[in-house]
Amino acid sequence: MNKKVNDFSITVGTKNGSGSSTANNTILRSVFKMGIPVSGKNLFPSNIQGLPTWYTIRVNKDGFIGRQESNDIVIAMNPDSFARDLASVAPGGAFFYSDDIKQPITRTDIAIYPMPIKTIVRNDPNVPTDFRDLVGNMVYVGVLAQMIGMDLEKVLAALTFHFKGKQKPIDMNFNALKAGAEWAKENLEKKDPFHLEAMDKTDGFIMADGNTAAAIGSIFGGVQFVGWYPITPASSLAEGLNDYLPMLRKREDGKHTYAVVQAEDELAALGMAIGAGWAGLRSMTSTSGPGLSLMTEFAGLAYYAEVPVVIWDVQRIGPSTGLPTRTSQGDLTFTHFIGHGDSHSVTLLPGDVYECFEFGWKAFDVAEHVQTPVFVLSDLDMGMNQWMSKPFQYPETPMDRGKILTEQDLEELKGNWGRYLDKDNDGIPYRTLPGNKHPMSAYFTRGTGHDEYAKYTEDSDAYLKNMDRLKKKYYNAANYVPAPVLHKNKKATIGILAYGSTENAIFEAQHQLAGEYGIETELMRLRAIPFNNDVTKFIEKYDQVFVVEMNRDGQMYQILLTEYPQFAGKLKSVAYQDGLPAAAKWIREGILAKYETVVSDQKSVISERRKSSGKKTDGKAKATSASKKEAAKKPAKKSAVKPQTSAKSKKK
Amino acid sequence: MNQTLPMAGTAANINTAGLTKNDYRGAPSTLCQGCGHNSISNQIVTALYEMNTVPENVMKFSGIGCSSKSPTYFLNRTFGFNSLHGRMPSIATGALFANVQMKGIGVSGDGDTASIGMGQFKHVMRRNVNMVYIVENNGVYGLTKGQFSATAEKGLQLKKQGENPYMPVDICMEALVSNATFIARSFAGNPKQVKELLKAALSHDGIAVLDIISPCVTFNNQENAYHSYAWGKDHEEPLHEISYIAPRNEIMLEREMMDGEIREVAMHDGSTVILKNLEKGYDPTDRYEALRVMEEAQRNNWLVTGLLYVNTTKPSLTGIYDLVDTPLNRLTETDLRPERAMIDKINALMF
Repeated sequence: MNKKVNDFSITVGTKNGSGSSTANNTILRSVFKMGIPVSGKNLFPSNIQGLPTWYTIRVNKDGFIGRQESNDIVIAMNPDSFARDLASVAPGGAFFYSDDIKQPITRTDIAIYPMPIKTIVRNDPNVPTDFRDLVGNMVYVGVLAQMIGMDLEKVLAALTFHFKGKQKPIDMNFNALKAGAEWAKENLEKKDPFHLEAMDKTDGFIMADGNTAAAIGSIFGGVQFVGWYPITPASSLAEGLNDYLPMLRKREDGKHTYAVVQAEDELAALGMAIGAGWAGLRSMTSTSGPGLSLMTEFAGLAYYAEVPVVIWDVQRIGPSTGLPTRTSQGDLTFTHFIGHGDSHSVTLLPGDVYECFEFGWKAFDVAEHVQTPVFVLSDLDMGMNQWMSKPFQYPETPMDRGKILTEQDLEELKGNWGRYLDKDNDGIPYRTLPGNKHPMSAYFTRGTGHDEYAKYTEDSDAYLKNMDRLKKKYYNAANYVPAPVLHKNKKATIGILAYGSTENAIFEAQHQLAGEYGIETELMRLRAIPFNNDVTKFIEKYDQVFVVEMNRDGQMYQILLTEYPQFAGKLKSVAYQDGLPAAAKWIREGILAKYETVVSDQKSVISERRKSSGKKTDGKAKATSASKKEAAKKPAKKSAVKPQTSAKSKKK
Repeated sequence: MNQTLPMAGTAANINTAGLTKNDYRGAPSTLCQGCGHNSISNQIVTALYEMNTVPENVMKFSGIGCSSKSPTYFLNRTFGFNSLHGRMPSIATGALFANVQMKGIGVSGDGDTASIGMGQFKHVMRRNVNMVYIVENNGVYGLTKGQFSATAEKGLQLKKQGENPYMPVDICMEALVSNATFIARSFAGNPKQVKELLKAALSHDGIAVLDIISPCVTFNNQENAYHSYAWGKDHEEPLHEISYIAPRNEIMLEREMMDGEIREVAMHDGSTVILKNLEKGYDPTDRYEALRVMEEAQRNNWLVTGLLYVNTTKPSLTGIYDLVDTPLNRLTETDLRPERAMIDKINALMF
């Protein structure tokens, strides 16, 4: 049997609320400490206790740590999902299960390992009865550790971290884990190819989740006011602020420079944040799609009243009970146009845990500089799962508090200023803050009905002028938001535009497209809207640009079409969402389905190479210009490979 | 350049803040002639002028509706935020964190508070936000031309609407059950009481609710309507005569007052509220009594006015947060961004 080293996936099927997250995080952290690139994703239901839940770990020596769709190793702890878990193991894979589950096992193409978990735990007199189920989870970690070669020292380090150095739980869990490992050593014969071997590829990295990173980033950004309302998957962002603010903003006099208020609902959460932002505080809220729906009216008001505020949207599927614990990139169009009338949002799009931290502080600078609500679109995968990340770095630029007039400024101006006057011809006006003692400092804030001096008016010319300035200001914001990241590939013949948490899966898809199909691609990851000139140049460069995202309708694709109507012919949407974190498979298949070989000499070479590779996509992509023309006539039949269908059939 | 000259023929009455009454005025009102709200705006101007409050030390807020337009008509020199329908409380809650020395004045209406804004109203009460929350209560929607509001009495007849089939919301009772710390009811037709209650409310540290019956002369001023001038004049039952004594002013009690006819309430800022001629020795610090009086008024069809309830012992919202003395919106990067060394500490805390 060929050894498969540092390149496989592990999926654990348990019951929600059974305490398996400690065990699964221990596996993840141990692999990470062994220096092997790894990711872990919790695929959980909306439930406190009882429903099936999965945790899937991707180990990959080459750094492809997007979610893998096939399961190489499966650990089945839940009778309710046992049959499904057994069926999900890829041929040649390994199946571990708790031997108290008495269900038929019919597969002969995989290695089967029963584990006497209950017996092992019962035999340990140090485990109190009510801890048996929790500690039992550690037994499967021990068995797995023994079978794939997990370094027990690293496992101990992971447990010590998890239990914050508390010796009693560390011992209890580690002993159970060792008991599992010892039992496996004596009783199991290795029949699968999967092995871990220490590497040095995670040196200098940390592990963190995006919500914690966003909270810490916001604190380094000087957050002063947080209004929030609990919602999965955003709650841990506000809770992270509560966790880290006391330490990071500790003062000798014990007094506080910030306030976190849990509001009665999302309307009030954003209302409070806007009040604070208006009054000059670095102010934020965090929510998810359904909460954003409730915040819509206020978001629009803040746009027109030009109030700086940061709104984190940790995206999930929704509304109501519609897959609330599943990841998504489904709020993009909604956020883009949120509010009523002609509004456009400045939107930041972090792509990993580090950027959750970085955009945490940067978002305040953008909001205060541009005087507008700034939306930061994270998602459940980034927000709630532990990701490998480069360490957080101290903000490289001083805070940008924007254009604020003090008493002294007003004295020099002899009180002559206008809240909505475009003095610098950049669309961004000056503002004053409540508490300014100058008798000309005050102004009255309302929606669109005001002139340049904030006086109430319903005059058409004043309205038009103001709306034009707001538009100018919005496009000017492109100069202050994070620029896109270009992953250069000189050989590329097509472009990929994407954003957010899909990058790891896209890297892998690119690798497969190049290796298996000879299609070289270049990826530009968008990090903000409005787009800057880099985006224009990138699209100009290619005949085909695939817009990859996790939603049904291709929301970024739609926004790009609106902003770049001249490029409509070359933009192609690869949009897919099934509630699971992005995987290379649907991205690769989605691109192949719409990929068109082009008649120019250079590109026909690619097409030839593709044909000769003899892969199953033969005949699926259009090979000649004639068929291309025909396809154009019948766009509905253009895609030959339907990733949606194939992905679904694969799963069950 | 902002000095307003006294009008010809009048003495320049300058208060101890160095300001004339004109410094407290707003833009000319665009509400109807005779609207109760205008009378309330005038009392806000007078109260703040007489209290020597610097207008820059106040923030004013409102939601949407006729009442919510009124902050434009007082305190030109004060920062104001005309927010969304029913959402004034949340805007005020956030804004007042920026500078805890500043006082909030929120103006709302019965639709803005008791219908669309009921949720935020109840929560701003329980949080004890440091502001005066005025409800200009006329039982009717004015800007949308005369629909019933949630405070309209059952059986009220309105043009186009017919008869109101629902029981009304009692703003003061709602405030009381939501743990508000200062609750008063008044009548726009009794400006002196409005003014004294405003002063008392402004000296309260925490939420102060003023439910002021403020007749709508256009849509709901029929003689038999609960929110009309005529009904208010006939049915008003003041609990007491109220006067406000500024801090450090000696309190001169009339010798002839009998015991039990005077009650003093010491306010947070050192001022005193004097309640004279108390109905049966009414104690406004007794929550149970307050509820009883409101219930009694409902049963007897009285418009009970005055200070219904006050509790000066609870900390206000910003008090709970134990903030630095410098206003938060004057803090700079040095105060707000953790030191460079903290980034390593934080990274060490991650796995």
